[in-house]
Amino acid sequence: MNFESILKNKKFEAIVIGGSAGSFTVITQILAELPQPFVLPIFMCLHRLKDKREGFKEALEIKSKIKIEEPDDKTLIQQNIAYLAPANYHMLIENKKMISLATTELVQFSRPSIDVMFESAADVYRDKLLAILLSGANKDGADGMRTIKERGGFTIIQDLNTCSMITMPEAALKITHIDLQLKPNQIPDFLRTLNHLILNEVL
Amino acid sequence: MFNRPDEEIIHIELEEITKLTDAIFTKYGYDFGNYAVSSFKRRILMVLKKYGLKSIDKLIQKILFEPSFFEQFVLDITVNTTEMFRDPTFYKALKQQVIPILATKPEFNVWHAACSTGEEVISLAILLDQEGILNKAKIYATDINHVVLQKAASAAFPVRNLDFYHENYAKTEFPGQLSDYYTIENGMMQFDKRLIQNVKFKHHDLARDVHFYKFDLILCRNVMIYFNQELQNRVFELLHNSLFMNGFLCLGAKESLIWCKIADKFETVNSHEKIFRKIKS
Repeated sequence: MNFESILKNKKFEAIVIGGSAGSFTVITQILAELPQPFVLPIFMCLHRLKDKREGFKEALEIKSKIKIEEPDDKTLIQQNIAYLAPANYHMLIENKKMISLATTELVQFSRPSIDVMFESAADVYRDKLLAILLSGANKDGADGMRTIKERGGFTIIQDLNTCSMITMPEAALKITHIDLQLKPNQIPDFLRTLNHLILNEVL
Repeated sequence: MFNRPDEEIIHIELEEITKLTDAIFTKYGYDFGNYAVSSFKRRILMVLKKYGLKSIDKLIQKILFEPSFFEQFVLDITVNTTEMFRDPTFYKALKQQVIPILATKPEFNVWHAACSTGEEVISLAILLDQEGILNKAKIYATDINHVVLQKAASAAFPVRNLDFYHENYAKTEFPGQLSDYYTIENGMMQFDKRLIQNVKFKHHDLARDVHFYKFDLILCRNVMIYFNQELQNRVFELLHNSLFMNGFLCLGAKESLIWCKIADKFETVNSHEKIFRKIKS
């Protein structure tokens, strides 16, 4: 696939990633192969046990090329950091500068919920948002992908053949347009190309 | 709220939110203008969906012309998720770092700011009781929402959360069982009313009202996350004014006062559990 031609004329400002069952190794691989410096902020919402405040960030950080942060409420957004939705909170993008948290109801049985994060990011970044939805066993994230698409964003799901649980990306595929299906090893390539193009001011 | 593919998604613009909050403020005096936009927008979408309204303009009309609908709207819009012993490690920290200091006082005052349905009020009361200092406490529990205050005053919570609350309680490593404090009545966990005999339930809007008393301990956990920074700053001042010197302020696990204007008037007692102490007036 020629990612350069796909990325032509796209001006992304942020990346959101959602995942659940079966996504941990994929996200680990993505983080391990990120180029540096990585110029776009990354927001990650991965389903997790609500009472395990410790350990998850650390596990992701072992191989990650960039810093991972579980933000406090109203944390300022910076480049070269991957923000991870904290346990038992929804993570929302307040505006292009700031993250907000919420303890509101579970969405799709989840808090943090991918839909909540995706929809708030879509509102803020509109057509400058890149969304990636990975393997998972429930339907969280599908509504969010639809909102992102309707707001002009770019949608990627993990190639269904490579998902250990297809429910999540498949739910998105059923209700909205998906721009790309990528295998786990293609996602870092895609992000490298994107980063390269931005750094060289092609985008 | 999984949307059916054929169902239209309503997108709300920032200007529409401003129009709505301006209308509410002018007509009713409630100030939602400094709520955090991202989560406030979600609440509005939920309300639109609940009442089958297709646009913000329709909502504004309904709010302006139906005061009874506005009452319901306030209930819908305010966040009332709470749980007993949320963050068990927080309660452990309270027991180790705050309670021993309160215990030295002949009497002390506690404020649950935005107490919602009161799960946290009961949780703290249980701890105070176990430490033998509940009878020395004068406790205020306040909220913007009259309906949740009534619920809080009943000290009864739905049994559907029973297992979950027991798990949280077990993690605090406090003595005995949570079931020592309640009986099951009409599908509710009815807590011992003795736990709330020193509690005054009172209406108070953090966004609008001023301080009304002085406290040794204030719990305001996961409340200010729904406010923008301007309002957060105002509320921090209100809480600061409401504390005695050396009084304790407890925030939610992922809340911070690092960037707030009066951060230097507090010292950190426990950075992980977000317990702070007033050190300057």
